[in-house]
Amino acid sequence: MTTTLQAFLIVSAGLFSIGLLAALSRRHAIFILIGIELMLAAANLNFIAFWRFAPQPHQPTGVMFAIFSIAISAAEAAIGLAMVIAVYRHYHTTNVDQFDQLKG
Amino acid sequence: MSSAAFVIIAIFTLAAALAAATLQKLMHAALSFAVALVGLAAFFFLLGAEFVGLALVFIYIGAVAVLIVFTILLTRRDVGKNRGFNWAGVLIALAVFGGLTWSILKTQSLSILAPHIRALTVKRIGEALMTGYVWPLQCVGVLLTAALIGALILVMEEKR
Repeated sequence: MTTTLQAFLIVSAGLFSIGLLAALSRRHAIFILIGIELMLAAANLNFIAFWRFAPQPHQPTGVMFAIFSIAISAAEAAIGLAMVIAVYRHYHTTNVDQFDQLKG
Repeated sequence: MSSAAFVIIAIFTLAAALAAATLQKLMHAALSFAVALVGLAAFFFLLGAEFVGLALVFIYIGAVAVLIVFTILLTRRDVGKNRGFNWAGVLIALAVFGGLTWSILKTQSLSILAPHIRALTVKRIGEALMTGYVWPLQCVGVLLTAALIGALILVMEEKR
């Protein structure tokens, strides 16, 4: 009994949905960032799984995509957390419902 | 690729991710996030991408999770006031998961087994990074530098 590509894709879909759940339903800015990171991680799992199950996996294209994606999500996390700290200084809260100064 | 290892890692990863998304205490959620990333790195090892798994452990657990914990410690004066939970998000996430699972199971060309490949060594990854992918590599270097400077400017004390 071995694992097919579908099993990996379903686990990745579950991880993506959990990240979406965290990004949509929590009110705390850091939870939203954690949700976005989980969704990016699910995308990385898809890259690696499609690379491994491809008919000719000798070119490391999927691995390269995953490496660059990890680097970009690290930059995204650094900027996102810096923005959380900067906004916290102004509003003294991290609840995203209260960041409504630009609301029309 | 054995099925037992896959099932164990899948349950471990999804349980940790669900804990990261639903736990009330922010610190517990951040630590569950790190545990979920350990599970994801185990998936990468299972798939034969050891270098990416190690990079995930170093970058995500060593840098991103620690950064999240530091941010929680710096902004935790208002813990307890953000207990709101939006149930519409649960419905949307379930709908997305159902749609994705249905379409994955419906596609017959995805139910394939992994072919035998020769191991992807770090030497081959390094050669690919330095030949075919050298422009993306330089662009990522510029992006990381810009992100670092931008993050520093964002959190710098404002002059009155």
